[in-house]
Amino acid sequence: MKIAIPVDKESKDTDVCTSFGRALFFLIYDCESEEGQFLLNDAAKMTGGAGIKAAQIVVDSGAKVLLTPRCGKNAADVISAADISIHKTIHKTALENITAFLADELDTLDEIHAGFHGA
Amino acid sequence: MNIAILSGKGGTGKTLLAVNLAAVANGASYIDCDVEEPNGHLFFKPDSLEVEAVTVKIPQISDDLCDGCLHCVEFCKFNALAYPNKLMIFDDICHSCGGCVLLCPQKALTERDKAIGEIRTGKSKDVDVVTGIMNSGVASGVPIIDELQKHIQQKSKEEKHVFIDCPPGSSCVVMDSIKNADYCILVAEPSIFGVHNLEMVHELVELFEKDYGVVLNKVQTGENPAEDYCLANDINILGSILFDPELGLINSNGKIAARESADYNRFFSALLDAVLKEARVETTINP
Repeated sequence: MKIAIPVDKESKDTDVCTSFGRALFFLIYDCESEEGQFLLNDAAKMTGGAGIKAAQIVVDSGAKVLLTPRCGKNAADVISAADISIHKTIHKTALENITAFLADELDTLDEIHAGFHGA
Repeated sequence: MNIAILSGKGGTGKTLLAVNLAAVANGASYIDCDVEEPNGHLFFKPDSLEVEAVTVKIPQISDDLCDGCLHCVEFCKFNALAYPNKLMIFDDICHSCGGCVLLCPQKALTERDKAIGEIRTGKSKDVDVVTGIMNSGVASGVPIIDELQKHIQQKSKEEKHVFIDCPPGSSCVVMDSIKNADYCILVAEPSIFGVHNLEMVHELVELFEKDYGVVLNKVQTGENPAEDYCLANDINILGSILFDPELGLINSNGKIAARESADYNRFFSALLDAVLKEARVETTINP
């Protein structure tokens, strides 16, 4: 199973990015091989619809779980349609959150915000 | 003569000026292009309203024809499409460019109408009042303003004066509003902030090669940075509306000063004469 996380930089010790749609990278972590891969988030610099585009990137990565501090409605609609579950991060770094998720410590993300369109 | 009234920010006096000029112009048309928050109708209170819906085309998908090739998803510059397990279309993000429908190899995408607002036409004494109204949540008011252009062209065929009340700022909706304007009036406040906003619309009308002049609003004794800006840039000042609590009171009660007060009727009639004289000279020199 693969886990996707929005992150700030392309390195092992990276923090989780506070934004889903405008994160610079996605870390795709493969639980079986215990290896991670970084995907560039093309949506980060888009003027609009970044959440939708970012969600498509996560869907195309084959991830089945998304760990993120927050997520907008449009993105969540795409993610959910692909049967990817969304869990809320509670730690600073990506690795800490992966460990927490595997220990069943991360709740599903219930608060889906309306988006920050134009804000 | 089509006269657009614009300013770099809201609350400067566009509607005050547009409404009062239309009220004294003997059978003019007032077109409210500030479709996000039209307010001229609050003053005119037009009757015998006719309402027409404004729609745009947005895509719809036939799931049984779609083979998931993703051409449309990759094409859309606004990211209005996604394909998690089948095609999802985000109506509010779509800008109605029609590209996805043209591109679909399976012909799985077709277009449907989506209502984005309406145009209300009515009469207030001798003024034809045309108001564009955008539904909340809609991405752009441009299609509604495009529909309003048809009214503007129709009225100018009838050789009536048309006063176009523009949205604030200098973005696409303003550019669209002044498209058919023969002359532009820039309304400016006497402050540094007012000058900044005046600069924005000044740049815009220069870029669009429109003839224009400035009306200074809320003028008090003492410094007027907007006036200084006009003098420094050789911009014609058409007139000044003084800061007057009586005018503020009439306006805040939703009344039209030129219809309520003989003094203001004379004032706006004289201002209209100045505007028309200037506009005729300018449009004769630069047709």
